[in-house]
Amino acid sequence: MTRTTPGIPGVHAPSTSSTQTATGVLVYLLAGLYFGIVLVKSEAASWYRVQEMFRFESFHMFGLIGSAVLTGMITTALLRRSGVNSRDGQIIKITDKDKGWRRYVFGGLTFGVGWGLAGVCPGPVFTLLGAGIWPVMIVLAFALLGTYLYGVIKDRLPH
Amino acid sequence: MTEFLDVLRSPWPWYIGGPLIGLTVPLLLWLGNKGFGISANLRHACAILLPDSAKPGFFRYNWRAERWNLMFASGLILGGFVAGALLADPEPTRLSAAGVQSIQELGVQVRPGLMPAELTDLSNPGVWALLAISGLLVGFGTRYGGGCTSGHAITGLSTLQGPSLIATVSFFAGGILSANLLLPFFMAVIR
Repeated sequence: MTRTTPGIPGVHAPSTSSTQTATGVLVYLLAGLYFGIVLVKSEAASWYRVQEMFRFESFHMFGLIGSAVLTGMITTALLRRSGVNSRDGQIIKITDKDKGWRRYVFGGLTFGVGWGLAGVCPGPVFTLLGAGIWPVMIVLAFALLGTYLYGVIKDRLPH
Repeated sequence: MTEFLDVLRSPWPWYIGGPLIGLTVPLLLWLGNKGFGISANLRHACAILLPDSAKPGFFRYNWRAERWNLMFASGLILGGFVAGALLADPEPTRLSAAGVQSIQELGVQVRPGLMPAELTDLSNPGVWALLAISGLLVGFGTRYGGGCTSGHAITGLSTLQGPSLIATVSFFAGGILSANLLLPFFMAVIR
């Protein structure tokens, strides 16, 4: 089954074939399970570690993010250079982020202030819920409201 | 058996956890040319939940093509259950001495768990306000900035995207500001 959809800014390349079938999307559940476990066991989802990071009181989170970026950089370059195709036979390609700087500065600052306040970023929101920390539902509900507000006033903001 | 459980429950050092986080980028590229990012799910959820009549253009797209990302987020919940509920670290997070002191200065005790009881105590209206404001800024900021920690700091920097460097520096500037200035003020008011 091939489905073509127009490209949407900020949304990744339209997907086809196996990624649209039930078993095709199931592997992403497993990938998420993997990532969720890593977020908890590495303590990236810990409020305490986030506070420690923003006060420069420990190397832990900097080591975590630094080695994650370095690993991602090397393994992604190797994967692309190896000429291996993706699981569904496509050439591996990286979608470039839109150019500009305003949205990254203003949006980034806004997100950062939110992250420092409750110590929760979007990945851990889901992981903390799974761990049974129900009050994070409030963070998630208001994050949806914030996303909606952005959708409403988007055209009036500098990008 | 208990020794084996102790190993599973103990936290991982950064040099194990970091590389495992980084591997997510090539993994998702190989699985289906997916750019790893989590905050886009908030947009997808809005696109699904909003009635057509009340939908701004930003939410009018074929979210079904992005189902993989919603599955990934579901996996995160599952991962939180496995690691955070079944295999939770019985010890408090091993913070630095300076970290423990700062947290106590906020009026928060370092106990086992991922989030302190003082910030999840919903009998305190101040906690509602803190969680709500934080969520609002996270949701608005990630969409405005086009990504979060996973999309910009991990994926974007890994794939040498200039805009992601600007975004990551801005996340940290905002986070440093709010953790050091806003949060102590907030905690002094609500506790």
